[in-house]
Amino acid sequence: MSADNSASTSAAATLDVVGLRKVYAGVGRTVEAIRDLTFTVNTGELVCIVGPSGAGKTTLLKCIAGLLPPSGGKVMLDGEPVSGPPPAMAVVFQEYGRSLFPWMTVRQNIELPLKQKHLPAARRQQLVGDALAAVDLADAHAAYPWQLSGGMQQRVAIARAVAYEPHVLLMDEPFAAVDAQTRADLEDLIRLLWHRLKVTVLFVTHDIDEAVYLGERVLILSHAPTEVLEDVTIDLPDARSQLETRSLPRFGELRKHVYAQIQLAKQGWRPPAERKA
Amino acid sequence: MGNSQRTSGSGLRAIHLVWLQASIGLIGFAAVLELAPRLGLVSPRFLPPFSTIAVALANEIQQPNFWAALAFTLRSWVIGLTISVVAGASLGILIGSSALLQAVTRSTIEFLRPIPSVALIPVAILLFGTTLQSNLVLVIYASFWQVLIQVLSGVQDVDPVARETAQSYRFGHWALIRHVIWPTTLPYLMTGIRLAASVALILAITAELTIGTPGLGRELSLAQSGGAVAVMYAYLIVMGLIGVLVNVVARRLERSVMPWHPSLRADEPA
Amino acid sequence: MSAPILRVVGKASLALGLPVALLAAWWIASAGSANFYFPPLQTIAQTFVEVWVSPRIFDDVVPSLGRLAAGYFGAVALGLVIGIPIGLSRTLRNMLEPVLEFLRAIPPPALVPILILFAGIGDTMKTLVIVSGCIWPVLLNTVEGVRGRDEVLEDVVRCYRIGRLARLWHFVIPSASPQMFTGMRQALSIGIILMVISEMFAASNGLGFAIIQFERSFAVAEMWTGIIMLGLIGILLSQIFRLVERRMLGWYHGLRQSQRVGG
Repeated sequence: MSADNSASTSAAATLDVVGLRKVYAGVGRTVEAIRDLTFTVNTGELVCIVGPSGAGKTTLLKCIAGLLPPSGGKVMLDGEPVSGPPPAMAVVFQEYGRSLFPWMTVRQNIELPLKQKHLPAARRQQLVGDALAAVDLADAHAAYPWQLSGGMQQRVAIARAVAYEPHVLLMDEPFAAVDAQTRADLEDLIRLLWHRLKVTVLFVTHDIDEAVYLGERVLILSHAPTEVLEDVTIDLPDARSQLETRSLPRFGELRKHVYAQIQLAKQGWRPPAERKA
Repeated sequence: MGNSQRTSGSGLRAIHLVWLQASIGLIGFAAVLELAPRLGLVSPRFLPPFSTIAVALANEIQQPNFWAALAFTLRSWVIGLTISVVAGASLGILIGSSALLQAVTRSTIEFLRPIPSVALIPVAILLFGTTLQSNLVLVIYASFWQVLIQVLSGVQDVDPVARETAQSYRFGHWALIRHVIWPTTLPYLMTGIRLAASVALILAITAELTIGTPGLGRELSLAQSGGAVAVMYAYLIVMGLIGVLVNVVARRLERSVMPWHPSLRADEPA
Repeated sequence: MSAPILRVVGKASLALGLPVALLAAWWIASAGSANFYFPPLQTIAQTFVEVWVSPRIFDDVVPSLGRLAAGYFGAVALGLVIGIPIGLSRTLRNMLEPVLEFLRAIPPPALVPILILFAGIGDTMKTLVIVSGCIWPVLLNTVEGVRGRDEVLEDVVRCYRIGRLARLWHFVIPSASPQMFTGMRQALSIGIILMVISEMFAASNGLGFAIIQFERSFAVAEMWTGIIMLGLIGILLSQIFRLVERRMLGWYHGLRQSQRVGG
């Protein structure tokens, strides 16, 4: 990934979520999944979102990705409202097995979105090659996804997102279905790529440790109808390692704090009223 | 095709919408059948307007020979289907319960299966003429394979862990079949019965058409010889309706045996 | 003998064992047969060569297969082209499903008299008969296959803003292809049946025509050879289909294999 990739546009974007609301109409009743979400992810930031189960994390991500229309409020990318999947946004899904085309090789999977961007062949080759190298899968380019392990498949999905040169990277619990050791490697991979690409990242997870380890900020969500319970700044050093960072006392404190908040959220705790002004 | 479509509108309204759309489709179809001949898009000699066909159908239903023919067809269908299901299920479970039998019979089954049932029409004619047995030869030959193949798939689907557990508890052959193989195979058997039911009906009618045994197929032939085009179509409609009915009932039966949706188990690629 | 050769021999014996045994039993059981309807297998074998190793292959088998090909591929093309839009649109599906279920329940041979009205008794009629029967499994399986495309992949193509045509070519069609092949396989069996039936009704050449001619003139041994020929053709076409399908759906078989093996 060429470090001086910055074309005339910046390589990252600002994500603004303002008063997001999502209501589902069920059989004879309406379900308010998301009541009011307001937050900003600044250019080049890595923000994690955690919340109790049922907090509508996936709904939130789909609204931001333009896959679901919100019932109220808006999502803005660099000031432009999002009303459908915006260009320059890439998503990595939790179900890696189902997010890759099984009839295409790894290379073809990564190249497909680039073809849609009408990039010339040489540029596509370069991007695919760089992305595969970045996730350490250069040897697997001719393999089919189902020939790879779960962790490798998710890395292919990440490579696809990276090759796309997005301004915002959305990740929906990407490592939830992966074993713990692989997860640790993938977490470090994300931090590495984020540093290299200087892209804005919004990372949704249910794993508190992961959120604190990865993020510059952690947004804690309440239970449905969802609102932002707290916006925690993670003041850990920028260079993070699984061994060192996780044994820092500050890590323990932050983790404990987020954990306590999540427990409150599970019991139905709501954010203080004045925050909503 | 977003998730939002699934959640918009109350559940009740969604069902009504589906019924409405289905009705529009059916009415539209009938309208095309009515108008095409009337507007001269098709010659009315070849395709009478729907109303004419409906009248012919109403008349036919009042004739006793219609009901006799229906009874003949259903008789072939029921007897043939029953024999195929019993034979197919028994043979399938027997073969499936032994790896050796599976290996030995595999090539034979693969050879015999693609042989078209119609190849037996001349044989049936020679041997049995225009009797019930002629029909049965065709019906049984065709529907037997449907049941057998499905049951074999079912037996192969048996959880190897369950099988090994049973063997480690020294289940006898019959106990193995009753407690391990049968429960797994039952849903597949139901699918096989559903497929066999359709095939059996089609072959029964085909046999009547080509051989001339009494039944709906022969009535259609007779109508053709007599130049009664509308009556021909009337019989086509009856055949279609019976086929749909058989299919619907079979699906219900299949679903009642299985708590989960059978959706993709209609047939598997090769 | 080395281990691999033993294995090959073992496999071959397993595969050929029962068929050979059955043939041998048939041969022996019918050897001195005076039964009019079941001549000795030996007689049938000899007659087979007389009848079919001759210009009859071109006079009868080739025209039959030609009509089958025309009808089959026509039906496949129609089934795919009509099935894809229906599979994509829930509205269309809801509207057309009852009608299609009804039409497909009509036994295709029953349409022969009708088609004779429209198209006479020539090749067109026979091809139409084959089309009218083969189209249903292709159409309905295509609709199912298109409809059952993965939701996560659907989200992926939307997120990466993949255009409509590209979506069709790279996503919808490959995703539905296993089901489409199922439909095409069923259609092949139906096609062979209809090829024969259409010729039994009204024809001047063809395999089905030949068999019925033999039957009507009580040339029983010849009739059996015709039946065997039909069986052989059925087997041959089925094997060819298998080969084609295995090539085109290699990814699918690999995928299912990996799913079966483990988590």
